[in-house]
Amino acid sequence: MATSTSPRTGRAQTPRPARRAPRSHLAPGWLPYVLLAPALLFELLVHIIPMVTGIFISTLELTQFYVRRWLDAPSAGVGNFKIALDFDGAIGASLLRSFGITFAFTICTLALSWALGMFAAVLLQRPFRGRNVLRTLFLVPYALPVYAGVIVWKFMLGRDNGMVNALLSGLGITDGSTFWLLGNNAFVSTVVVAVWRLWPFAFLTLMAGLQSVPGEVYEAAAVDGAGMWQQFRSFTLPMLRPVNQVLLLVLFLWSFNDFNVPYILFGQSVPASADLISIHVYQASFITWNFGVGSAMSVLLLLVLLVITAVYLPLSSRRMRDA
Amino acid sequence: MREPVSFRVLRVVGLTLLTLFVLGPIYVMVSSSLKPLGDVQGKFTWIPSTITFDPFIDIWSTVPLARYFGNSLVISLLATVCSVVLAISAAYAISRYRFHGRSAFRITVLSTQMFPGILFLLPLYLIFVNIGQLTGFALQGSRLALVITYLTFSLPFAIWMLVGYFDSIPRELDEAAHVDGAGPIGALVRVVLPSAAPGIAAVAIYSFMTAWGETLFASVMTNQDSRTLAIGLREYSTQTNVYWNEVMAASLVVSVPVVVGFLLLQRYLVQGLTAGAVK
Repeated sequence: MATSTSPRTGRAQTPRPARRAPRSHLAPGWLPYVLLAPALLFELLVHIIPMVTGIFISTLELTQFYVRRWLDAPSAGVGNFKIALDFDGAIGASLLRSFGITFAFTICTLALSWALGMFAAVLLQRPFRGRNVLRTLFLVPYALPVYAGVIVWKFMLGRDNGMVNALLSGLGITDGSTFWLLGNNAFVSTVVVAVWRLWPFAFLTLMAGLQSVPGEVYEAAAVDGAGMWQQFRSFTLPMLRPVNQVLLLVLFLWSFNDFNVPYILFGQSVPASADLISIHVYQASFITWNFGVGSAMSVLLLLVLLVITAVYLPLSSRRMRDA
Repeated sequence: MREPVSFRVLRVVGLTLLTLFVLGPIYVMVSSSLKPLGDVQGKFTWIPSTITFDPFIDIWSTVPLARYFGNSLVISLLATVCSVVLAISAAYAISRYRFHGRSAFRITVLSTQMFPGILFLLPLYLIFVNIGQLTGFALQGSRLALVITYLTFSLPFAIWMLVGYFDSIPRELDEAAHVDGAGPIGALVRVVLPSAAPGIAAVAIYSFMTAWGETLFASVMTNQDSRTLAIGLREYSTQTNVYWNEVMAASLVVSVPVVVGFLLLQRYLVQGLTAGAVK
C-alpha cells in the first residue's frame, strides 16, 4: 500500500490546475460509502436484520395462529430456551442428540473430504498424460446442482433397484439387501454423499495452494535426498498452512450447516441417525409450526458456531505463527 | 525430477479409485436416463435392456418442467447480474480506497457467510410476509423474494474474490485514466473492468451456480407459480411410483448448463482462489 500511495500524495502537493483536484483518486469522502451501500443494504435486509429478528422471535410464543400477525404473539420470556435445553424432555433430548450427530457427521465429512482433496492434489501436482482431464473431471460433483447430484445417490442407495447393493453383492461383499437409507446406515450414506459433493472443493483449493509452492523447493529437497513422504511432511504441508487454515474452517461450516444432503436423501422422514441440526431446526419450525422454539434452537446453534469460530481462529493463527 | 516407482503405482491406483468414485453416480445418471421405466424399477442393471430417449421427452409433460426451468433461469440470471454489479462496486471501494469502517465491512460481510441459512430463513419468511401486508405486494412466494435472497448468498465470496483481482491490477493504469480526465467511475469502467474480466466471469458463474442449486429457501419461499427446479424435481415421485428414468433425465438436463459453464471458467476460479490464498 505504502508504495502506491506515496507518489500520489507527492503529486497532490505539486501545483496543478484547481479543477483537477476534486477528481483526485484518493479523495476519500462519500464515494466509497456510496459504492458499498447497495451491497450493505442487501446484507442487512437478508442476513443481519432477520438474525436480530430471530433472536427476538425466540422469546415469543409463536405458533401457526400468529404467523400472519406475529408481532402480536405473546411473550414467552426464556420459556422457549427452557424447552430446548430441557434434556430430560423430548424436545431437548432430541436437540442434544441432533447436535451430537452433527458433530460426528462434520468430523467424518471434513476429515474424508480434506484427505481425498489433499491426496488428489498431490497426485496431480506434477505433469503427466491425462492430468488436465482428471483435474476437470474431479470437479464435476461440485459443479452439479446439489439436488441433481444427491437425487442420483438416493436412487443408487435404494435397496431393491439401487446400484450400491448391486455392486456390493456383485463383488461378494454383502448379499445385496441392505437398507442404506434407514437406521444407522443412513448416517454412513449421508457422510458418503456429503464427501462426494464436498471433496472437489478441498481439491480445488489445495490445488490452487500447491501452485504457489515454488518448484525449486522440491528440487533442493530431492538433491538432499528427501523421499516423497518426507517432502510432503516437511515442505508441502507447512507451505499449505495458510490455505488449510481457511479451508478447514470453510469445510467445517459447510458440513456443520449442511441441509441439502439429508433433505434430498430423506425428504420429510429423516432417520434419527442422519438428523443434522439444520434439518432438525427446519422440522421443528416448519413441520410442527412452532416458530418460537425453532428460533430458540437457531440462537443456540448461532452461539455454538460463534464459540467454535472464536476458539478456532486464534488457535490456528498461533500455530501458524509458531511454524 | 525422477519419481519413484512406488509413487507412480500409488498414483495410478489412487487416481483410478477416485475416478470411479466420481464417475459412478454420473454413469448411473446417464445410463438410467436412457432406460425404459421397467429397467429402473427392477434390480439394477449396468446396461440398459434397450436404449430409449423417451424419458427426455416425457420429463416435460409428467411435471411442468419447462415452467420450473424458466423460473430457475429468470431467478438465477437476475440474482447473478445484481450480485456481480454490487460486488464490483463494493470490491472497487475496498480495493482502491482507505476509509473508516473498511475492515468492519469486510468482516461483517464475510461473517454472514458462516451462518447456516436455517438461522435467518424463518425471520426472513416472516419479514417478507409483513412487507407483503404493509405494501400489498405479495413478496413472500414471489420470484423477486428469491432474487433478493440469492444475490446475497454469493455476494461475500464475489466481493472477496474481486478484491483479490482488483488489487492485482496496477494502480498506475487508474492513474493514466485520471490523467486522461476520467473520474473514479470512468477508471473503473474503462480500465479495471476490462482487466478483471476473467475474474468477473468466474464470479458470475459462481453466483449462478449458487442460485441454481439452492434448495432450503426455495422449499419455503416458493409457491406453485414461482417453484424452481430444486423443488420441482421432487414431483417425479408420486405416492405410488417414482419415475426414476425421468428423474435421471431431468437431473441431467438441469445440470448441463451449470456444469459446462463451471468447467469452462474453473481456471479463473482457481486463479481467484490462489490470489486470495497468497494474500
